[in-house]
Amino acid sequence: MKLITAIVKPFKLDDVKAALESQGIHGMTVSEASGYGRQRGHTEVYRGAEYTVDLVPKVRIEVLVDDADTDTVLDAIVAVAQTGRIGDGKVWVMPVEQVIRVRTGERGSSAL
Amino acid sequence: MPFNAIDTVWLMTCTALVLLMTPGLALFYGGMVRSKSVLNMMMMSFSTIGVVTIIWVAYGYSLAFGPDSGLGIIGDFSDLGLDKALGSTIGAAGHEVPTLAFVFFQLTFAIVTTALLSGAVADRIRFTAWLALVAAWVTFIYIPLAHMAFSAEGGTGGLFIDRLGVLDFAGGTAVEINSGASALALAIVIGKRIGFKKDPMRPHNVPLVLLGAGLLWFGWFGFNAGSALAATGVAVVALINTQIAAAVAALSWIAVEWKRDGRPTTLGVASGAIAGAVAITPSCGYVTPLGALVIGAVAGAVCAWAIGLKYRFGYDDSLDVVGVHGVGGVVGMLGIGLLASTRANDAISNGLLMGGGVDLLLRQSLAIVITAAFAFCGTWLIATVIDKLIGLRLDPEAEITGADTVEHAESAYDFAGVVGAGLGSGSQHSSSYSQRNN
Repeated sequence: MKLITAIVKPFKLDDVKAALESQGIHGMTVSEASGYGRQRGHTEVYRGAEYTVDLVPKVRIEVLVDDADTDTVLDAIVAVAQTGRIGDGKVWVMPVEQVIRVRTGERGSSAL
Repeated sequence: MPFNAIDTVWLMTCTALVLLMTPGLALFYGGMVRSKSVLNMMMMSFSTIGVVTIIWVAYGYSLAFGPDSGLGIIGDFSDLGLDKALGSTIGAAGHEVPTLAFVFFQLTFAIVTTALLSGAVADRIRFTAWLALVAAWVTFIYIPLAHMAFSAEGGTGGLFIDRLGVLDFAGGTAVEINSGASALALAIVIGKRIGFKKDPMRPHNVPLVLLGAGLLWFGWFGFNAGSALAATGVAVVALINTQIAAAVAALSWIAVEWKRDGRPTTLGVASGAIAGAVAITPSCGYVTPLGALVIGAVAGAVCAWAIGLKYRFGYDDSLDVVGVHGVGGVVGMLGIGLLASTRANDAISNGLLMGGGVDLLLRQSLAIVITAAFAFCGTWLIATVIDKLIGLRLDPEAEITGADTVEHAESAYDFAGVVGAGLGSGSQHSSSYSQRNN
């Protein structure tokens, strides 16, 4: 099993959710995130004083998938989250040792 | 004693309007500071209401508006505790009001003017030092200047209004230039905030600033039109001129921003409205609506430029009391010298550009210089003495932690919940709680 973490532009959240659902992924964790990469931040001006705001708002989406589904899910996320402009975000994958559904105690793939 | 009921109703109404300006100022300033000191910022305004009210009743009104002591600078102690004011009337023939109405109206001016100073010392003054400053400043700086500007006694009263022939309808000198020059002295004595010009000190809540600006704008109608002290034609001129100048200045301020910074800002539109209201404060009862348009346009643009001076000269007038009130007040006072019109007010003479001589402009300039010099030097002295006696400034650790928790043991916003107010919000016991009122 793998944990896929995707950092995307906030306005892409709905598209990514739809794409994941079409791949048969029916659960995910979404959180608001802020950070910066090559995009850096932006500047704001208050009464003529300029402030650099480093952190840009993003959305973090986390999904657990079977090893076999990993690549198709990754492709689906990247395909819809991409605008081609700087600041589109990042997606990464990590191995997961165990998953347990709290309600039933099921373990492994059947808990996904 | 007989009094004019209509004028009295108008003055009572305006008094309530002006008092609302101080909570408005608390919002205006509170939104501009960082979230760790918003309560302290608002507390400075609200505590000023208390301190100044007590002083005004005890001796303040008497010193400001009692019979002149000789030089046009100060009243006397003849009405301690408002004993004489109770049951007497005051005002021009036919426009008398109960003296207590005038006492209260002038009290609201003293309060909001003093509260303005908090903008210069934001985030870093000890609360005890603030209370001491309020008491000393209103006594030694505001009261003399209010006497000079507002205490008319038929030629033998206040220096500006009775002896020098200065025109100042609602307080360009005693309120605006006074607070601006005093703020400059305070900012210099207390020193810069830690991180000034290095750390971002973004306003933490711009909507609060806009709400505060709206309340100030609303209250300003009482401030300016109420200064006619009667429901007269001149009061109406003052009323609409206040609207005109504030509205135009809001636009001229953002025009400067648009050109200089690339974007018009909401903080700018709020600041501009205040700058316009400041500049029309002395001039509202003396210029035509078109004159108010010009004064507002100039004030918005000049003040938008003036707030940059603190970075150039390195004084941390944190919320721009100097740039908005000091400079705006000067614009308004000079505006009278140039644009005063007998068509707006038949009791005065025309300004330079309206066919009058240069004489009025010179008298206005003299009042500006006297006010600024007196306020700056006096406030510098008071602040220095308070600093030596009890210490003006929070220690660095307290300043960085934030005045809200350090000085008041409160915080403005509960950010503890992970999702909104979610986690544990149903339980009183999610954080430890103990009764401390025994």
